[in-house]
Amino acid sequence: MTYIAKPGLHHPTLPKNALCYTRRDYEGKVSTLCAGCGHDSISAAIIQACWELAIEPHRLAKLSGIGCSSKTPDYFLGNSHGFNTVHGRMPSVLTGANLANRELLYLGVSGDGDSASIGIGQFVHAIRRGVNMVYIVENNGVYGLTKGQFSATADQGSVSKRGVVNTDNPIDMVGLALQLGASFVARSFSGDKQQLVPLIKAAIAHRGAAFIDVISPCVAFNNHAGSTKSYDYVREHNEAVNRLDVISAREAIGVDYAEGELAEVRQHDGSVLRLRKLHADYDPGDRIAAMNYVHAHQVRGEIVTGLLYLDPDPHDLHEHLNTVATPFNALGAEALCPGAATLEQINASLR
Amino acid sequence: MTLPSTRASRPGLQAVNDFVVKFANVNGSGSASANELFAKAILRMGVPVSPRNIFPSNIQGLPTWYEVRVNERGWLGRRGGVDLMVAMNPQTWDADVAEIEPGGYLFYDSTRPLPPSKFREDVAVIGMPITELCNAAYGDARQRQLFKNIIYVGALAELLGIDGAVLETLLGEQYRSKPKLIDANREALRMGRDYAREHLRQPFGLRVRRADNVGDRIFIDGNSAAALGCVYGGATVCAWYPITPSSSLAEAFQKYCARYRVDKASGRNLYAVVQAEDEIASIGMVIGAGWNGARAFTATSGPGISLMTEFIGLAYFAEIPATIIDVQRGGPSTGMPTRTQQADILACAYASHGDTKHVLLFPEDPHECFEFAAQALDLADRLQTPIFLMSDLDIGMNQRLCAPFAWDDTRAYDRGKVMTREELEAGKPFGRYLDVDGDGIPYRTYPGTHPTRGSFFTRGTTRDAYARYSEKGADYVDNMQRLLRKFETAKTLVPPPLLRRASRPTALGAIFFGSTSPAMAEAIDALEGAGVHLDTLRIRAFPFADSVAEFIAAHERVFVVEQNRDGQLRSLLVNEFGIDPARLVPILHYDGTPITARFIARAIGEQAGTRAPAAPAAAEAHVP
Repeated sequence: MTYIAKPGLHHPTLPKNALCYTRRDYEGKVSTLCAGCGHDSISAAIIQACWELAIEPHRLAKLSGIGCSSKTPDYFLGNSHGFNTVHGRMPSVLTGANLANRELLYLGVSGDGDSASIGIGQFVHAIRRGVNMVYIVENNGVYGLTKGQFSATADQGSVSKRGVVNTDNPIDMVGLALQLGASFVARSFSGDKQQLVPLIKAAIAHRGAAFIDVISPCVAFNNHAGSTKSYDYVREHNEAVNRLDVISAREAIGVDYAEGELAEVRQHDGSVLRLRKLHADYDPGDRIAAMNYVHAHQVRGEIVTGLLYLDPDPHDLHEHLNTVATPFNALGAEALCPGAATLEQINASLR
Repeated sequence: MTLPSTRASRPGLQAVNDFVVKFANVNGSGSASANELFAKAILRMGVPVSPRNIFPSNIQGLPTWYEVRVNERGWLGRRGGVDLMVAMNPQTWDADVAEIEPGGYLFYDSTRPLPPSKFREDVAVIGMPITELCNAAYGDARQRQLFKNIIYVGALAELLGIDGAVLETLLGEQYRSKPKLIDANREALRMGRDYAREHLRQPFGLRVRRADNVGDRIFIDGNSAAALGCVYGGATVCAWYPITPSSSLAEAFQKYCARYRVDKASGRNLYAVVQAEDEIASIGMVIGAGWNGARAFTATSGPGISLMTEFIGLAYFAEIPATIIDVQRGGPSTGMPTRTQQADILACAYASHGDTKHVLLFPEDPHECFEFAAQALDLADRLQTPIFLMSDLDIGMNQRLCAPFAWDDTRAYDRGKVMTREELEAGKPFGRYLDVDGDGIPYRTYPGTHPTRGSFFTRGTTRDAYARYSEKGADYVDNMQRLLRKFETAKTLVPPPLLRRASRPTALGAIFFGSTSPAMAEAIDALEGAGVHLDTLRIRAFPFADSVAEFIAAHERVFVVEQNRDGQLRSLLVNEFGIDPARLVPILHYDGTPITARFIARAIGEQAGTRAPAAPAAAEAHVP
């Protein structure tokens, strides 16, 4: 596969956001994934969310591991720095990048093989450290790039394209993230853009570890009868607990809503999350209840989607480490080097 | 007590300011601080000492030793042999007694009687009922245990002529914040001295005499020194995973940062230390921070390097600055974690899959740990690649007398080739992997620099000079050739090797590096005394300077002295220069203890075909 650039011509009537950028300004290279791949829908949702939020593309860094999902950062935000790291190790690289410059937005894109198998340790520890990031797992239950082996999120009893039945228990990334203290946890479906785009916007606005598990069918290796990650299966078993609207700080709040119970949550950056409850018994402010709810429905074969947990007052790694406001990469010797006179004192104390 | 407190059967060794004392203790008994007090007191009297901890992988119960070389001439390597054994551990008694030089001294706790078969006729025995004294003086079990150590230090001070006032001053410094402990320790010290003065009056041939041979040198361990070098060199991110013998380096960095890296106005930290979940995450964080323009390092040991190797290859190929401090220890991973070796040379030089070569720096002592750590951070940015600081347990975890640290306040950090927003705005062309200057080093941009120019996608897979994905063989080959050019450039930036010529022309040469340095200096001196003349070259970095090949070419035979089994530096020399292996004679020491001057002198002496000196002159001098 070689590199394909998209033509730079823009239609003059394309709508512009607050920064006068069109949606095209948030695109990347032409995708090399299979036609119909759920991952491309997620890339489109990321582009839409960033455009709607009027994010300066270069102020976002996109990082990934290895696999189909991890190839996608090349296909969106072409003016952002990107880093395709090694398999399962994106979280540590993102953590280090975040330490070096706290002012950028960090988007980690990973897959179920990358984050639930080889990289589960790094996933777990980045979440529990509260790294300020959006962590998206494009979850299709298979290894696509190596042609269809089960991943660790494949449901027990699901059948591979070759007819093999998976006997291992699945790892539920949402359950893990809740248990590990992620301050924003959501699940969505690549085929439900209406749900996914606001979730990504809310996650970007969140200052803390924001995790989104996106079920993203693999059209080549996991979209057949017997799969629990196929388009048909997810559509039939999707239980959305809420619908979200994100109103950024600079917008006037005055959107009309249809009937239904509404809850508003203000985030640190001033944005307001307007949550329409679809299930009266679901409370995204209660971590323990969320874990129970998600797991009870999982046992019934239902995939609970929506904003599953939100801590409106999160703490991130920089707060834990009490770091200065200035990005480390902007500090010079005058701030960092204690100097010769101090070194003489140190020498004197060592005699 | 059935044995007389003293039974010197033969005249003892006589030596002033030139002997080896070894303390055999039980780990966790509080002996470390007392033994350190002993060494520091001699140092404060102006006599150079070099102490070495030989300790187990254990918190409590296993044998541990502390060997103190006292040498007025300033030899700081291990000599070999023990003149005075302070045998406080029954578990290792037999081996400890056997190690004493003929005519040497054995100091022990005589509270419990020992049969005569447990002693040697040719060793003078000094028994002191330490436990009995402690039991009489202290009611508390922990106090009985801890003050035992101070009591023997007091007695030894009396025997050796160590100034009591110096010891008391040191105790005052050590317990400045806990005055109660000062008095209690001074009391124990006096108890030991008084007992020795009254009861241990026998001919004792080892003396410490005031001298002025320490000068302005400082006394510090290499891990602390390297940590301080990282502070001075501008490291802001330290990601690490605990592993002996490197853990104290990250902890020292944290300690120094808490003191020197807190922003006064805001009270917030100008650093971040993250204890990662493993070494893989440690190096991942360092690479992430380096990619994003912060100076970052990790400290680890051999097994950690093994875990990091995939990431090291990524950093080499994606050209990301990273500083890796490898405090080497005995291999394999679970074998000799608390013993020293120089056995990660090849593992680091060629770390990772594919064609990779890395820059290594070899410090000889804490002074160079400081210098090279700061320099490694500059080199990492300049060369955009991982830089390895190859310390070891002997340097890292032992306090060593060395030249004081120095810093030039006009020194600026070399951040390497980083294209700025202004340059991009002005239209300066940017290709992440373009060799614009012909030195193999491309320009990079930090993420977030410019809205529309200078962004790129970093990958481990092949890309062209503009960082665009490519699977073309020609793009791959071009890039690999450029990386070789960059490695050539590295040669001109790393610390050069240091040549020392023999007093007369010679066809023999010796190459050594790192912690072998002090023992090597003493061995060369002893060999000269025995008529074996060698030019020496201390290698301080890989890639090797061309002068290394010239040195080898200029000598018929070159001894390569290393602390590993396979002659790893020798292999690297043979491989990189295409040298006939027969020209390079390996001299290898790898039992986990630091190499001794005697070992080197004997091994080279035998190989050189001349009379092998039994021991360096300094050691022979006081044998009666």
